[in-house]
Amino acid sequence: MTLMRAATDNRVPGIDGDCGGNCACATCHVYVDAAWSDRAGVRTASEREMLNMVPELKDNSRLACQVTLDDNLNGMVVALPESQH
Amino acid sequence: MKPAITAVNTPESTTQIAAARARVAALDLSQLNPADPQGFVDDTVGYVFERLRHEDPVHRSHSPVPGIDSYWSITRYQDIMQVDTRPDIYSSESGITLMDFPPGDDQQLKMFIAMDPPKHDEQRRAVNPIVAPANLKNWHDLIRERTCRVLDTLPRNETFDWVDKVSIELTTYMLATLFDFPLDDRRLLTYWSDISTANKLTNPDAPEPEVRMAELRKMLSYFTRLWNERVNVAPRSDLVSMLAHGPATRNMGPLEYMGNLVLLIVGGNDTTRNSMTGGLLALDNNPQEMAKLRANPTLIESMVSEIIRWQTPLAYMRRTALADTELGGKQIGKDDKLAMWYLSGNRDESAIAEPDRFIIDRAKPRQHLSFGFGIHRCVGNRLAELQLKILWEEILRRFEVIEVMGEPIRVRSSFVRGFSKLPVRIRC
Repeated sequence: MTLMRAATDNRVPGIDGDCGGNCACATCHVYVDAAWSDRAGVRTASEREMLNMVPELKDNSRLACQVTLDDNLNGMVVALPESQH
Repeated sequence: MKPAITAVNTPESTTQIAAARARVAALDLSQLNPADPQGFVDDTVGYVFERLRHEDPVHRSHSPVPGIDSYWSITRYQDIMQVDTRPDIYSSESGITLMDFPPGDDQQLKMFIAMDPPKHDEQRRAVNPIVAPANLKNWHDLIRERTCRVLDTLPRNETFDWVDKVSIELTTYMLATLFDFPLDDRRLLTYWSDISTANKLTNPDAPEPEVRMAELRKMLSYFTRLWNERVNVAPRSDLVSMLAHGPATRNMGPLEYMGNLVLLIVGGNDTTRNSMTGGLLALDNNPQEMAKLRANPTLIESMVSEIIRWQTPLAYMRRTALADTELGGKQIGKDDKLAMWYLSGNRDESAIAEPDRFIIDRAKPRQHLSFGFGIHRCVGNRLAELQLKILWEEILRRFEVIEVMGEPIRVRSSFVRGFSKLPVRIRC
């Protein structure tokens, strides 16, 4: 289960996931809270490419479809960029 | 003849659909050439795609047009996704349309959509801020004000052309704003957009290549004046200023500037224009969906995505293989060209439920291919959706009935899937 899928399954507004989790649309861009960034892992190569195109890139930017949820991430806090509000 | 990709149930259209399907079924597979613009003029290309998706989804297609020649037709959603997300294998450097020009021919325009990383990424970043949230917010009121003005001045109880009076007018206004282009000259943008996609080899009515290039040079000189006005003053939030100041674009040569202008003009103009027309036509052909919409205007947002899927205003994008590879069980050779037929992927029943029906409240309406996927995904997708959303909000507020009064005239192109005319009447 990815963070994107968890959000879209629960109709969280602002996470669209247009490409269905193929790391190909950047509509599930999130900012991972500093306390969680290590546990959330590092960007994949294709994720880096896609994040290059977003208007509001930050150091803690991730694509939610590339963040796999497990017990370690229980309680993780992420924020949405303004463009996805 | 009723548009064939549209779901219609009259006895007359059912016979015509059966006849068109039979004509396609009678052909040998090797004769199927979706790039033939005739299939777009009479809107029968959907039957070619239907057959290819079932019988030969990665298809070696042959065009009699010199410069197009042989190419692969990729017709299924998942295969298209695979090609679109592997720019390291499937390059854009040789162009995004199937036509090849002799090396050194000026007609092969340089533009960032026809580049691979890293240069693509650098140039695209120069114009990305055009769709930053602050800009979108600023335009929201402006788009609504103009949409209201355009709709309020439409003729009532008489037939007029929706393409000219609404679709072109609204998208050209928007484009002029994005460029901070003199509003009184805005129809020049429409003209240049049409000229840049015109191709004599596939459309006998198109201008000769020399005439086309001469017109594009006039466009370049107009825009060079705007560049010169803006390059020596502080950066502003219009596309010309962004290109003139962007580190990756400020040293572009004239032909590269021309190419990127063509990209931004066509990308911001032809696409939304044809979704504005295609949406009206789709609702006219599907009265039950119109009734749904009138009963529940909150469906506008999902309808906008459905309209963009339904229309697929750019029918394909081309890629070129950088190495021998395999796709859908076929051996793709180095330098082979491929057409990712978004129009076909958007009708693929293995990815989209009931794809041949126009359903404004379908589940997952945003999962369509019309914006492309991967690093070349449409820069202006949010803006396009915003324009369409406001248009439909204001239509619903004003008009009870907009009747389509005759058959649309479709553009003779397998790339831009669009309309040159749609006669309509507002009854009140």
